[in-house]
Amino acid sequence: MEKIIELKNVTKRFGGITALNKASLYVEQGEVVGLIGDNGAGKSTLIKTLVGVYGPDEGEIIIRGNKVLNWTALKARESGIETVFQDRALCPQQSIVWNIFMGKELTYPFGFVREKEQISEANRLIREIGFTSKLIDAESPVGNLSGGERQGVAIARAIYNNAELIILDEPTNALSLNETQKVFEFVNNVKKSNRSVLFIGHNIYHVYDISDRFVILDRGEVVHQLNKEEVKTPEELMKIMRDTIKKH
Amino acid sequence: MNKEKSIVGNIFHKNGRALGSMGYFILLMLVFLIGAPEAWMRPSLHQSVFVMLPTLIFLVIPLVFLVASGEIDLSFASTYAVAAYVFAIMVKSGIDPAIAILAGILTGAIIGALVGALIVVFRLSSLVASLGMLFLLRGVILLLTESRSITIMEIDNHWTYSALVGNFYGFPMQIFWASLFVIYCYYLFSKHVFGIHIHHVGDNSVSAEQMGINVKAVKIKAFMFVGIGAAIGGIFTTLITYTFFPTQGFGYLLLALAAVFVGGTPYWGGLGTIIGAIFGVGIIAYMEIGIIAIGWSGTWRQFFNGLIILLALLGHRLHGERVR
Ligand SMILES: Nc1ncnc2c1ncn2[C@@H]1O[C@H](COP(=O)(O)OP(=O)(O)OP(=O)(O)O)[C@@H](O)[C@H]1O
Ligand SMILES: [Mg+2]
Repeated sequence: MEKIIELKNVTKRFGGITALNKASLYVEQGEVVGLIGDNGAGKSTLIKTLVGVYGPDEGEIIIRGNKVLNWTALKARESGIETVFQDRALCPQQSIVWNIFMGKELTYPFGFVREKEQISEANRLIREIGFTSKLIDAESPVGNLSGGERQGVAIARAIYNNAELIILDEPTNALSLNETQKVFEFVNNVKKSNRSVLFIGHNIYHVYDISDRFVILDRGEVVHQLNKEEVKTPEELMKIMRDTIKKH
Repeated sequence: MNKEKSIVGNIFHKNGRALGSMGYFILLMLVFLIGAPEAWMRPSLHQSVFVMLPTLIFLVIPLVFLVASGEIDLSFASTYAVAAYVFAIMVKSGIDPAIAILAGILTGAIIGALVGALIVVFRLSSLVASLGMLFLLRGVILLLTESRSITIMEIDNHWTYSALVGNFYGFPMQIFWASLFVIYCYYLFSKHVFGIHIHHVGDNSVSAEQMGINVKAVKIKAFMFVGIGAAIGGIFTTLITYTFFPTQGFGYLLLALAAVFVGGTPYWGGLGTIIGAIFGVGIIAYMEIGIIAIGWSGTWRQFFNGLIILLALLGHRLHGERVR
């Protein structure tokens, strides 16, 4: 299988803190990778480096076999990577539509926005995601939404572009069981269409259920990788994670 | 019934700030009309307002973009003079006024880009850094001109003069250009990628960055836009009065800023209103000229200016706090 993205020996420091230390990770086409680790392990930093939000201090980023330089968030999105960030990356004073199309607006030539098209697409998307409140329409500001609904907006945005790789940084916290189930369905659909997902989660049962492969991160280092076949139960995965971290 | 109500409510909700500014504007007009009907009916009062209005519009509308992007600029009041100076000396040295105008606008854009880059790249406070630029640029002007003004009567019979600030059957052309500018900016602000990115950057620059928006570039462009607006304002005024004078523009510093905020654009970024700003400009211009015209002594002017600004801000407070 082709590796659609790969990080090689990436180091990222914030002042005195080494958030990533020679971390390597790849995602192949059509697979779901579960990235796990304790709070502060560097999971979010890893994915932000992967999608060009942070520039790495050392190491390489390789997209479909080609090493990239000056990797930026825009370039990542243009090459088919969409992300639901842990902080959701929303602008609360702006409408749902503007948030869904943020940075990737549908435009006419000269940069004027296809407003009607954006609104109808956004309405379709929020219905697809299944917002609980019927009153919400695409033109209401995101600041009026509940935490779970805001998460829905961020997920809708990631779905919209049929991305080749979708990165989800704790997409299910603050979601009800029903909505969590929808996120899982969505991940399975992505996989069915031979696209990939990188899934970060604290709930080991969730990660176990949907991932094909697990990557364990500890204090900025990738300490272990294993395939689904090597682990029989979520409890076993949990135990392996505890043991590797203890030894590390 | 219910549905209709919600449509009206929706319009009110979305345009509340603009409507609020319109309310104050109408109120101010009524106060003048009732307080001094005679002075109010004199066309000369409105004519002097209409001389001031276009210049203020060119200054204020780009400032709405900049404030919505989460920044502020004070240096525009000096950029105004630098651009007008470039225009005036070029005309004086025999260069075609059309080229001189373009050179003046380009000067404004370059200064804006420099101010913006300084602030964005070195992460300076835009308030303090642009205050520094305000004095610095004014100092440059005073040094270059040795505090002398420049008269350019020769533009009188040039086509640029009649096209930009001439009279078209009694209608001042500068009003036409200012209106065109307003309409363009309205669409630019709310229907164009540039304006939409301004909103995102001012609302939450971290989110904007994560979604691939080049936050620094957007901010620098907003500063450039302010520079361009200031240049156009300065050149128009110089054309109208046939004179460049070295202190030109200084008087607009606080008036233009007041118009932005009285117009309903909040200081915190992510929101702004072009329509509101037009009413803000109207309020400020009529305040400046109206109070004198109706015979209140100049001693009262500042007091009333301040009062009206504060009342407007208190009114806009009703539109609520920043949502997060
Ligand atoms: N922008 C930043 N500036 C300074 N330090 C940072 C920054 N981002 C992350 N860090 C530090 O880097 C380390 C890794 O943080 P990161 O957010 O990647 O962890 P995480 O694995 O995502 O944790 P969590 O599960 O709590 O989300 C932490 O020690 C954190 O304090
Ligand atoms: Mg995290």
